[in-house]
Amino acid sequence: MALKGLDIFKLTPKTNCKECGNPTCMAFAMKVAQGAIPLEKCPHMGADVIAKLSEATAPPMKVIEVGAGNNAHKLGGETVLFRHEKTLVNKNLFATKLCSCMDDAKIDELLAGVKHVDYERIGERMYCEFLSLDYADNGVDKYVALVKKAMEADRALILNVECPECAKAALEVCKDAKPILNGANASNYEEMNKVATEAGVVLGVKGANLSELFDTVTALEAAGNKNLILDVTGATIKETFANAVQVRRSCLKENNRTFGYPSIVNLTKLCAGDERMQSALASVFTLKYGSIIVMDSMSYAQALPLYGLRQNIFTDPQKPMKVAPGIYPMNGADENAPCMITVDFALTYFVVSGEVERSQKPINFLITDAGGYSVLTAWAAGKLSASSIAKFFEEQDIAGKIKNRTLIIPGKVAVLKGEIEDKLPGWNIVVGTNEAIQIPKFLKDANF
Amino acid sequence: MPFTNKPQVFNAKINTVELGVGDKKIAIGGENVLPFYTFDAPIENLPKIGVEISDAGVENEVEGIKAFYEGCNTVAERAKKAATMPGADFLAIRFESADPNGENTSVEDCVKVAKEVAEATDMPLVFMGCKNVEKDAQIFTAVADALQGKNILVLSAREEDYKTVAASAGLAYGQKVGAESAVDINLAKQLNVLITQLGVASANVVMNLGSAAAGYGYEYVASTMDRVKAAALSQNDAMLQMPVVTPVSTETWSVKESMASEEDMPEWGSRETRGVDMEVVTAAACLASGSNAVILRHPQSVETISKLIKELA
Repeated sequence: MALKGLDIFKLTPKTNCKECGNPTCMAFAMKVAQGAIPLEKCPHMGADVIAKLSEATAPPMKVIEVGAGNNAHKLGGETVLFRHEKTLVNKNLFATKLCSCMDDAKIDELLAGVKHVDYERIGERMYCEFLSLDYADNGVDKYVALVKKAMEADRALILNVECPECAKAALEVCKDAKPILNGANASNYEEMNKVATEAGVVLGVKGANLSELFDTVTALEAAGNKNLILDVTGATIKETFANAVQVRRSCLKENNRTFGYPSIVNLTKLCAGDERMQSALASVFTLKYGSIIVMDSMSYAQALPLYGLRQNIFTDPQKPMKVAPGIYPMNGADENAPCMITVDFALTYFVVSGEVERSQKPINFLITDAGGYSVLTAWAAGKLSASSIAKFFEEQDIAGKIKNRTLIIPGKVAVLKGEIEDKLPGWNIVVGTNEAIQIPKFLKDANF
Repeated sequence: MPFTNKPQVFNAKINTVELGVGDKKIAIGGENVLPFYTFDAPIENLPKIGVEISDAGVENEVEGIKAFYEGCNTVAERAKKAATMPGADFLAIRFESADPNGENTSVEDCVKVAKEVAEATDMPLVFMGCKNVEKDAQIFTAVADALQGKNILVLSAREEDYKTVAASAGLAYGQKVGAESAVDINLAKQLNVLITQLGVASANVVMNLGSAAAGYGYEYVASTMDRVKAAALSQNDAMLQMPVVTPVSTETWSVKESMASEEDMPEWGSRETRGVDMEVVTAAACLASGSNAVILRHPQSVETISKLIKELA
């Protein structure tokens, strides 16, 4: 629970020295309570007071950092249960499962799959971020060999090991890559805690039920380890969903800091081999509180909708999703194909480009910078005008790059036609359709 | 120290709406908790799955769909077949070919098809239009009249045509009305107010809040549903307590990921699998956001989502 201004005020020197830039200590305390300025602005706060207060003012769900270098990721740190309440901060990540019980051919096949699905969508790299390595109790050497092989794949790692000796041996090999050691439970947590802290890695905690998980986390925190992640995978799908929701909800709504950690949901334990069911569940846990979702694999068929969904859910509701301005040649368009312009709002881009694709007509699709607004909003806000389009044409050197002199503008801004003709002499300005769905018919009937 | 869940049970609940008649009759809605929060309270009625059947045939569909309907030559035959699909709770007949810019099938022919379907199967029936406002209003009115007593749902009454559709289907012929708005809580509420003001009982109204395929602005769908359910349950807003029916397949099978051929996108793999996954992921997200029923097309999607519902309930 965030501290009230008065509570903070009691801990200030109450001298009104103004050194923090505020007229009184009371004003300072109020601003700190709102999160407007950091506590450290006051030079007279003792270190112990700062430690005490920052603990109390810290958000209930911690941000946990895992992986190293290119594979460093942040998890958790959420402050709300639903994106419309503010925004969700750290997107969920995905893992592909490997096991020390698999033969080399199977492992190579899975690693090839992980490497294969790696693409960009609206400025975001889409790929399987983690490899989740299961230990099948078939010898430490086998597991260490698996870890070594996995390290070559350039992904962050999760070590699913409950045996401290094996964990230690594996960490010898990979501790610099900052893997997650997912293996503490009610009976082994003391030893596992030692192994994890010595190697400086995040420790994953499991429990037979939420009470046991709660007790183990409490014990680990008492031992000084707050670098944790909670494996909420239960015996059934229903139980796992209940765990994921209750852990997150009790943390954010009841201020239960013991559950203030990111979660792991392991679908390979719930519906191994059922790829479609894993797609369905990955979707559910993307919306409802899975931080890392472990799957048997991630094919393109699964990645395309799942990463798209995740990108949607984790956008900041206050900031529209934008695509980069520029020329997007479609259906094999070259310099002789006509131009069609619209705004950089991602949804507009997807809907319009989809319809242009359906028309199968070569078009140079132009995306102009309109602040990420839709056509009418951008026009009303003055971000889509004859001058902004003329400026875009100049900056991108459209006239130099494209020989065709036809420009189709959105039907909703037909009023701009005259002005654009004045600004872009020599261009034939054509008013397009009001709705994207009419585009294929429009392009088929027209002749530019 | 044991962890104790603080159940979030609301005093308000979603309306229960019944569709169809006889043994196959279904009820949707009725819950007083968030979607699948069975640890708070039992879910009154499990979410239901409808199978979309277009009157335009299956020529353009993927192999799995064609194979399922093999040997079926009419909409009624396909409806009969779809009724056997494992996991199917109702059928959604879509008059795609009625579009005046397309084949322009006449209202009379649509009614004929609707009657044949109703004779061929005892499953609850939902009827979807061709997205042309004037034509849809005529079709819904005529079909609602022809199938009186069958307790069908027409999808949907919109801001432009609700007076005709809601008054005919909902009032005159005693059917269920779907209120369709475009992913906006205020528009949804306004339309519900208008429709109930016409005299249609709110127990005869469901909402189609609009939908989007995963990756195509789904955040608006999720946030609209989150907010609608929050207003209905925690603020007891009677004008948002109608259950939600979401047509998923019409969105997901028309995006690039489901349409692009394997020649164009060799690295993406099987088009059919892509289409199914897009449908499955979007439907699962809709259910997790609060849809009380989803409409799907592919038998494998229906099977998967049916399993998902059973596992979570």
